[in-house]
Amino acid sequence: MIRERHLNALVLLLLFAVPLWAFFNDAPFTITLATRAVIFALAAVGLNIALGLGGLVSFGHAVFFGIGGYSMGILAHHAQTYTPLMEAPFLIEGTKSMPVIWLVAMVTSAFAALLIGLLSLRTAGVYFIMITLAFGQMFYFFSISWAAYGGEDGLSVYVRNGFPGVNTLVPINFFAICFVILCLVVLLNTLIAKSPFGLALSAARQVPQRVQTVGLDPTRLKLVAFVISGVITGLAGALFADLNRFVSPTMFSWQMSGEIMIFIILGGVARLCGPIIGAVTFVMLEHFLGGLSEYWHIYLGVLLLIIVLFARGGLVGLITGREVAHD
Amino acid sequence: MTDPILATHDLQKSFGALKATDGVSIDLLPGEIHAVIGPNGAGKSTLIAQICGGLMPDAGRIDLLGQNVTHTNTRKRAKAGIGRTFQISALAMEDTVLQNVLLGALGASGSPWRFFRPILSDTTLRDKATEALTRVGLQDYAATLTSELSHGQRRQLEVAVALTLKPKAFVMDEPMAGLGAEGSKLLTGFLDALRSEAPILLVEHDMDAVFALADRISVLVYGKIIETGTVDQIRSSQAVREAYLGEGA
Amino acid sequence: MSTLLIIEQVLNGLQFGVMLFLMAAGLTLIFGVMGLINLAHGSLYMIGAFAAAAVAGLTGSFVLALIAAMAAAAIAGVLVEMLIIRRLYATDHLDQVLATFALILIFSEGTRWLFGSFPLFLNIPDYFSGPVTLPGGIQYPLYRLVLICVGLLVAGALGLFITRTRVGIQIRAGKNDREMIAALGVDISKLYTLIFALGAALAGLAGALVGAIQSVQVGMGEPVLILAFVVIVIGGIGSIKGALIGALLVGLTDTLGGIFLPELFKLFMAPSAAQSSGSALASMAIYILMGVVLIWRPTGLFGARI
Repeated sequence: MIRERHLNALVLLLLFAVPLWAFFNDAPFTITLATRAVIFALAAVGLNIALGLGGLVSFGHAVFFGIGGYSMGILAHHAQTYTPLMEAPFLIEGTKSMPVIWLVAMVTSAFAALLIGLLSLRTAGVYFIMITLAFGQMFYFFSISWAAYGGEDGLSVYVRNGFPGVNTLVPINFFAICFVILCLVVLLNTLIAKSPFGLALSAARQVPQRVQTVGLDPTRLKLVAFVISGVITGLAGALFADLNRFVSPTMFSWQMSGEIMIFIILGGVARLCGPIIGAVTFVMLEHFLGGLSEYWHIYLGVLLLIIVLFARGGLVGLITGREVAHD
Repeated sequence: MTDPILATHDLQKSFGALKATDGVSIDLLPGEIHAVIGPNGAGKSTLIAQICGGLMPDAGRIDLLGQNVTHTNTRKRAKAGIGRTFQISALAMEDTVLQNVLLGALGASGSPWRFFRPILSDTTLRDKATEALTRVGLQDYAATLTSELSHGQRRQLEVAVALTLKPKAFVMDEPMAGLGAEGSKLLTGFLDALRSEAPILLVEHDMDAVFALADRISVLVYGKIIETGTVDQIRSSQAVREAYLGEGA
Repeated sequence: MSTLLIIEQVLNGLQFGVMLFLMAAGLTLIFGVMGLINLAHGSLYMIGAFAAAAVAGLTGSFVLALIAAMAAAAIAGVLVEMLIIRRLYATDHLDQVLATFALILIFSEGTRWLFGSFPLFLNIPDYFSGPVTLPGGIQYPLYRLVLICVGLLVAGALGLFITRTRVGIQIRAGKNDREMIAALGVDISKLYTLIFALGAALAGLAGALVGAIQSVQVGMGEPVLILAFVVIVIGGIGSIKGALIGALLVGLTDTLGGIFLPELFKLFMAPSAAQSSGSALASMAIYILMGVVLIWRPTGLFGARI
């Protein structure tokens, strides 16, 4: 059985090596596929901070994915049509600069997560799951009826946004940007998990009344985790929209929320690289099985069922031979 | 007459028609162990919950170090100085023994809003946690997963977490629960020495421990304190005998 | 805004509500008694609709179609319960959500594989079609009135079943203390299978009835499922009464909101902007309602008070 730490390193290495190989062998589609996996992994790592560390089963995380996507879509749309977002009281113009877009995506996601978290964390258990799902639906229906930005048809961005000093139109470059972000976020995740905040959050997940009796507030801890989680998933959404140069209400859908959860479960909840392995597995299944049969979701469903019923630690658990994260 | 560290005044709590706490006034003096005993269903857990903040009384007052804490929540009361242990161990089973005690140390002294440096590298917290573990005798188990501890060891860990808070008063809910004779004896000895650090309000069923430790005993029956006194007084009290053994005992 | 239109929309809201109730009743029992979040309930709704459409297509009989719907859904429910759901009772919510989500994938794609991607049609039988004149001169589709009646009848029957029969009492007791009734000798696993089958049959019935006025297609169950969850969260988990009141609230809010909010906005906005803003808000109205209820009563209107 492989040690988890080594598995984590191996996964990141492979995730970097495969697109590099594809670059030298002129297989741009593989690079795009890898970028898709990296972005999904980022969204899942984000959710895992709330779900794995905080124990918050958020079935509405697509809200942040969509907010990130639409932040990109709206800003880029205004930039490419040369119309400002707003003229009074401030002049806000569109932009096609990735760093600015990311900042907007993250700040907006943070606000949304704060509001949604404050309301949702008043509930627990199934009520929490349902209220987060409901928020997802709210945003979904709202975006469908928001005709100014495409409504149900979505919004296209003709040219990929720019990053200073990098030609983002080249697939391997965009992949590199996404991969670096993923690595930074994984590092952040590691630090958080080992930090005082991580310890308190873990306790808040397992024994909230204990946390109170030592003088800490479990709800506030969970709220902060939820906000951090939303910000990361929001960033993933902005990148996803950039990858596809398209944003649509499906980014808000409950199916999307479910998929982000599937990435985590496939790999293993609360494992460092679980979300990454899960996202990569999903994209590969989507590509290979999807090529074989248009009904490949059946196989995905069966696999998911098997993992939930029989292999609780996900793929990471199977490979390392341990049910619970150890190192 | 020294001021009590902790005092309740005429506490009342009903659940529908059931009066779980009916005018309970007890106090905890510095340096003492005050045991609360009573038959099952007497309302001991309800009383503890009200004192520690999990349950709001319908009427009455609770004072901690002279401050009225009746309407403050559990967290604030912990910060004000109550160190609680739970009847059913409330420990993070997936974490190690050290991590559980670190939680206590973190709550007592640090702010949890630190995200970047590992908690294990915080020597102040680590020292406090290790000190508490050593005092209860679990120092060799620091890296053990809490789920792998025996029941008795978990009860020890409960006490260790409370120790890190350096509370002004301990409120212990059946710390002897499930311990064998050996474990009870050890814990009794430990609590005996602990009273000099902070007084202990002790809810217990284990009469050997109660009679060995208590400076005062209050007997709770159907939500009412029927008698408060020293060990000898309670032992020889007719009212207490009747409560436990029925009329004509 | 004519009174006629308002009454018609109120009736539509009621009809929507009672159909939601059929879904919500099963869900709330399953969660209330067995503690299980069942996302696959929407699939059972879909199975009912497809079975009805298939049988109606073969035999031409609407009644047979309805029976087939309930039977197919109940059988699917029993199979799923015995093979999979049983293993989930002891697990946590996350596992239940994921496992039943997996079932949605399997059922949806399986149905698409069997029947294709195009919607099937289920027709309102002749004896239920056409409008009926209500007191006050309002013309209203007979079939929708039938739905309202069926829904209320089922609500009444379910209420009687729960309060008056032995099984009903076991269900109510099971809601409060599972271990206790097992200790008292009630066969828990049979009871659970029965509850699951009952909920499934209700869902299948709803799918078939609604399938006649909307289309029968893959994925028709999930939007209704989500609404049904909103209903039981508003009504309080485990409460049939809560499910009914919640369902009617949701049905009316959605239908009336869709009509009145745009009108309201037209008071101070240009018509086209008012229409789109109003519709947007209307589609979110139910969720806003749920949010407000949860903030006021975190366990729903008739849920257990903690």
